[in-house]
Order: sequence, then structure tokens, then C-alpha cells
Amino acid sequence: MTQTDISYKKSGTDAIIAALMALVVFGPIMGIVLNGYQFKLSFDRVFVIVAIVFVGRFLMSTFFQTHRGKMMAFRYANNDDGVTVLPPNHKSKMVWIIPLVMVIGLLVPFIASKYVLTIVILGLIYVLLGLGLNIVVGLAGLLDLGFVGFYAIGAYGLALGYNHLGLGFWSMLPIAAILAACAGAILGFPVLRMHGDYLAIVTLGFGEIIRLVLTNWQSFTHGPNGITAPAPTLFGLEFKRRSAHGETFHEYFNVPYDSAHKYMFVYLVLFVVVWAVLFIKHRLVKMPIGRAWEALREDEIACRSLGLNHVLVKLSAFMMGAATAGIAGVFFATYQGFINPTSFTFFESALILAIVVLGGMGSTVGVVIAAFCLTVLPELLREVAQYRILLFGILMVVMMIWKPRGLVRITRRGFARKEGVVK
Amino acid sequence: MTTLMEFKEVDVHYGPIQALKKVSLTVTEGEIVTLIGANGAGKSTLLMSIFGQPRISSGEIIYRGEDISQKSAHYVASHGLAQSPEGRRIFPGMSVEENLLMGTIPIGMEHAEKDMQHMFELFPRLKERRNQRASTMSGGEQQMLAIARALMSRPKLLLLDEPSLGLAPIIVKQIFKILEDVASTGMTIFLVEQNANHALKLADRGYVMVNGEIRLTGTGQELLVNPEVRDAYLGGH
Repeated sequence: MTQTDISYKKSGTDAIIAALMALVVFGPIMGIVLNGYQFKLSFDRVFVIVAIVFVGRFLMSTFFQTHRGKMMAFRYANNDDGVTVLPPNHKSKMVWIIPLVMVIGLLVPFIASKYVLTIVILGLIYVLLGLGLNIVVGLAGLLDLGFVGFYAIGAYGLALGYNHLGLGFWSMLPIAAILAACAGAILGFPVLRMHGDYLAIVTLGFGEIIRLVLTNWQSFTHGPNGITAPAPTLFGLEFKRRSAHGETFHEYFNVPYDSAHKYMFVYLVLFVVVWAVLFIKHRLVKMPIGRAWEALREDEIACRSLGLNHVLVKLSAFMMGAATAGIAGVFFATYQGFINPTSFTFFESALILAIVVLGGMGSTVGVVIAAFCLTVLPELLREVAQYRILLFGILMVVMMIWKPRGLVRITRRGFARKEGVVK
Repeated sequence: MTTLMEFKEVDVHYGPIQALKKVSLTVTEGEIVTLIGANGAGKSTLLMSIFGQPRISSGEIIYRGEDISQKSAHYVASHGLAQSPEGRRIFPGMSVEENLLMGTIPIGMEHAEKDMQHMFELFPRLKERRNQRASTMSGGEQQMLAIARALMSRPKLLLLDEPSLGLAPIIVKQIFKILEDVASTGMTIFLVEQNANHALKLADRGYVMVNGEIRLTGTGQELLVNPEVRDAYLGGH
């Protein structure tokens, strides 16, 4: 515990190794500047970077040799021992946060600028996506890399339903959820026997199939040109400057036209839907089906030996997750007003998975926080535009080293219910 | 004494390989039957074929007068056949109590509270650890949990796949002591074991399986003194 056990030699070695690695990584990138068909070498920039890495690693290495540093390293090293089970009658002291967040959330559209509002809407859409994938990956333990497929089905459901059948936002919202759930079941059947890597590859393929169909079925989806999606209506009132069918929102309420009205309305509806999904998920986890999902994640063979019908359990997880993504897709389409297949690439699936992993598999609060971080952060980092993806990457790496179980570890109340049968 | 479960000339194939050859055996209500055999003899295959994993290619598996050989695993598991699977297969992230509650899936939670108390009497170690996560327990405790979890569904027939797997001899002794207690409550037990000595001492009747065939059968005592069995499984000379 004394200061004397700090070995500066060790710190020095660590720092030199890190500096050499920085030299290899940054040398070509920063040291060679292209100028037309020629290039010039600029060693000063490389030197600065390497110096920063050297000093940083030296300080870090020294810090981790001090008592406090050791304590910290120990705490993080012991961070991966799984789920924390609370006693069944545990009452959280943080319940007051829920109404607080609700009130703040309801105030947002009236105080925030249109720009902020659009970012928050995007954040909420990703919260929905994160919650959906959290059921599949976090609770049921089925690694799904094609989740964006269901998102696309929801979004295109709205756009195509509007363009081909004349259906609006409100009728498509439930229909898209059902469509996506059906797609989830269709994906679920062939992958019932698969686990882990194999499942990931098949689902990845599924996501790509959806995107490629949307891109290539020109006559139906307008292909890469994209397709328009309708804005929501408030009891038939449209959020437009002028409407071909009757009055618009601003005419009816006699307020000046503001394009932000549409976003305010989308936000409020989305806000309610997110709370509804949160509530449903909260209940589901406590119900026998939620228990079955968790049991399936922990040990599928044990589940089956106990008489659980793994087909139903897996399909229900896929369908619930997909339906949530479908709803998110509808909101995405209505918020953008226009969609094309480039919004539904594999990158999107990876981002949603990153939300679930960063947030902590199976943890609801963690996923909500992570969804906002990963959507709002890139916006905040616009100032340092070139470096934001780099910062984003560094953040992910640091998170995974220090908090491998995600922001919020799953803590759940133990099961102690007297009713309910899972068949 | 009625027959609870009966294998009639059961064949099982894994692709071109025949794992079980015309296996016939019976388990009568209230008795302990053991199946012993070397590694790869087909013991686990036999046990798993009760649940249709793998499906048998010919023959019949009669359970309480009904052929269950073509039923799905969850159907079989929820009709009075409880299994403590090979390698224990407890839910590592769940507490002991939760693991036990998972065992009530086939019958619902009506008797959960009472049965759990009963399990804690049978396995006092589990009571000490009731709120602990199952993964933090020792192998022997996990095995106890696996057996207790199987018993939570109030089975007619308890199937045990190698409860001594990977456990210290003293723990194995404890486990078999507990199995004796369980049997004394009138539970029918079908025990698949490599540890022939313990298994045959406990069992009323035994079957010896070699290369997918039932080679010998008799009471536990008979097999225990049988020279062939002694040579092959009990390290006798």
C-alpha cells in the first residue's frame, strides 16, 4: 500500500510500447500528407500524437500502480459476474425518477428547438429499436444481426400502405407491427435449431434480403429512388400548410403555421408509445413468458428437459422484438417523410446491437440511456466533425474494457409468484 | 406393481450408425432401476430417446400405457417424467429458489411453496444458499439443485443422467444417500450411471449396456457380484 511499490521502469516500458504502437498506427495516416499527385512527409504531427500517447500511457500505468488505481482496476476486473438477483419484494428507491422523466419528456416539445426535437425523436426511435432487440438478444439470448429488416418492414409498411392502399399513419401503426411480427415468425422457424454464430449469420442474411428486395423491386417499392411516407394526422387534421382534404391543424386551431408542429405531434405520440412499450416489457419480464426467455438464454437444453416448448418461446421472442422494430419503423418513416433502402443497411443493425450491448444485455434502463448516447452523441460531436467517428469508436472500446456488461448491469427481482403456468 | 415405463425393442440410429440395438427394458412403479455401461455404450442416448431426442427408428416406448416415442420433448417432460440432465444444466444466472421454481413449469405454481420447503428438508445445503446464484455453488450443490428442480414437478418417474459426473467421491456418497431418501418416499427412479458400484448398491434392478445392447440384467445384488460386471466396471480381477 505504500508509494514505494510504484515501478517507474514498468511504466516507462509500457509507455514506450504504446508509443511504438502509436507510431505504427498513426505514422502512415498522419505523417504522409497527400497533395495532388505528390505527397509530403510531416513528422511533427506524428511526433505530437506519439508524445501524447507516451505521456498518457506513462501516467495511466503509474496510476494503476497506486493504491487507488489498483482498487479501481480490481473493481472493473470483477465486473463480469452476471446478473444480480434482488429479493422478490425489493422496492427500488429510484421510483421517483419515472414521473420526473415523464414530466420533462412532456415539456421537451414546447421548450426545445425544432432541431433538438428531431434529434430527441431519433433518440426515442432508437430506444424502441433497442428495447425490441433487447428482448431477442438480451432476454432470449438469440443473436440477431438482421434486426434492421423488421425496422425496414415497418417503415416501408407505412410508405407502401399509403401509396398503394391509401392507408394512413394510424391504421398502419398496428398493421406494420403485425406485419413485422409475422416476418419475425417467418425468420424464426428456420433458425429454431441455431445458436450463436450460425444464428447471427442467418439473421444477417435475412436483413440483407429485405434491403435487397426493397432496392430491386422497382415497380412496387420505387427501388433506390425511395418513396414518400405520410405524416400523422390528429383526428384527421393534417400538419401541412395547405391540405387538399379539408382543414389543416393550424387552420382549425387558428395558430400560425409552423413546420415544427408535425414534429411536436410525432414526438408526443412516440413518447406515449415508448412508455407503453416500456410498461409492456416490464410486465412481460415478470410474466412466465419472460421467465421462459431468460431460462432459454441460460440453458436451452435444461428448458426443454423441464417441459418448456422452446418453439413457442423462441418465436414469441422474435415476434415481440420484431413488432417493436416495426413500430419504430413506422415512426421513422413518418418523421422523415421519405425513405429509401439506404436507411436500412447492416450498419443500422450493428448500431442497434451496439445500443443493446453498451446498455447492458437485458437491462431496460441501460438500453434507454445507451440509445440516447449513441444517437445524440454524434450530433453533439458535430463540432469536431472529422473526428466524431473516431471518438465514437474510442468510446466503444473504452466501454467494453471497463464495463463489459454494459452501462447498467441487469439486476432483476427474483421470481416469486404463485400463479402462472408456462406450457 | 404396474409397469410405469417400458422400452420395446427400441432401435436408434444416428445417421448410418446404430446407437441402440433392440433395447427392451421395463421400469415398474416404486422401484429404482439403474442402467450402467461404459462411455459411449448408449446410456444417454437411451435416456434422451424418451424425450424424442433423437427419435427412435423402430420399437415403442410405452409410458403409462401410451406410446410416447413420437411425442415432442416438452409434451413428455410435462407428463410426469422429470429429468436431471447430464452435466446438471442448472440455470447459472438464477438463484436457487428461481431454479426450483423453473421446475414447476409442467404443473404450475400451486404447490410451489410447499414443495420448495420439502426440497429444503431433503437438501439442507440448498436452503442455506436459497438466494445465491446457482453458478456460484459447488458441483455437488449444483447436482443437488438439478435433482431438486426435477422433483419440483412432482414426477411419476425421475430420470437421472449421471448424477455422479465430475464430483468428489465423498459428494457422490452424499448424493446417493439423498437418492435413497427420495426413493424411500415411493418415487420411481431410473438412474443412468457409470459409477456402477454406487448405482447397483442403490438399485432394485439393473441393466448393463454394452455397445448399444442390453448385455445383462438382474437385481442390483446379482449384478454386483456377477464376475463379468465386476471385471468390466468394478475394477475387480
